[in-house]
Amino acid sequence: MGKVRGAIVVDIERCKGCGLCVVACPTDTIVLADEVNGKGYHYAKMGNPEACTGCTNCAMVCPDSCITVYRLKPEKSK
Amino acid sequence: MIDVKDIIKPENLVFKKSKVLTDTPMHYCPGCSHGVVHNLIAEVIEEMEIQETTIGVAPVGCSVFAYNYIDIDWHEAAHGRAPAVATGIKRLMPDKFVFTYQGDGDLAAIGTAETIHACNRGENITIVFINNGIYGMTGGQMAPTTLEGMVASTCPSGRDHARDGYPIKMSDLVAQLPGTCYVTRQAVHTAGAVRKAKKAIRKAFENQKRKKGVSLVEVVSTCNSGWKMSPVDANNWMAENMFPFYPLGDLKDE
Repeated sequence: MGKVRGAIVVDIERCKGCGLCVVACPTDTIVLADEVNGKGYHYAKMGNPEACTGCTNCAMVCPDSCITVYRLKPEKSK
Repeated sequence: MIDVKDIIKPENLVFKKSKVLTDTPMHYCPGCSHGVVHNLIAEVIEEMEIQETTIGVAPVGCSVFAYNYIDIDWHEAAHGRAPAVATGIKRLMPDKFVFTYQGDGDLAAIGTAETIHACNRGENITIVFINNGIYGMTGGQMAPTTLEGMVASTCPSGRDHARDGYPIKMSDLVAQLPGTCYVTRQAVHTAGAVRKAKKAIRKAFENQKRKKGVSLVEVVSTCNSGWKMSPVDANNWMAENMFPFYPLGDLKDE
């Protein structure tokens, strides 16, 4: 049985590092980067890409709509 | 092992920024609830395919620049007068979807009369009411919706009803009026709450087709800068303190 696999892409320059996605992620995939973006914010990124299930919770709560979510169709994710 | 690059392909896309939102970066503070609600409104407009026929009325407050972010027709109203302006627009163009987007300083303080009378007249408009219990834009002053005991820059020892009066529940107030058909209170602090809030906003827009009166969606929100908290702490504080006084759920649904 394959686990559902997903991935997120963060629009780094749009991200303000508020950290709401980090709390919303049920699999602790997201962390705030040590590096900063052009505005000086610690942007969100996948710290543990294998854990992502593509549930879209992070994108739902993101105030700046900077997260795009992808999910593999279950039959492919063996 | 599947590589992340194999997942990030157009055919696997499940969520992206709504096309109705512009690419302008929002000026809101990090973690502000306004951004989430803007996104929800944009998604509802996109799903209903009414981008060309929707007219928004922007308020005064932090969300005064809403017209920069949602790509529809907008009208700017003087402070608190958004329901009056929306009334005029809807009466002249009854086939358009007209909504106002207002904060609590706008809707519950200076615009109380406009709000109550628009609701009492039963105008076929949608009102989105962002209630964060504070004047966010001007520096965190006490608003009519500030909770008792809540600290704001003009009540540094907490709101005291003997001096400052009681917090006002605008949604409960307008739910009493026969002119409203749908009054609900939502929040956007968790993904589950966001999904519910989106359904409520969708319903509020669809009610305009039924011509039964005002639909008001109150969104209990945070102002983490004004409350002097981190975005995550502000959400937790809201769940602990705001929800007991402003309970979530439908107040009226006809």
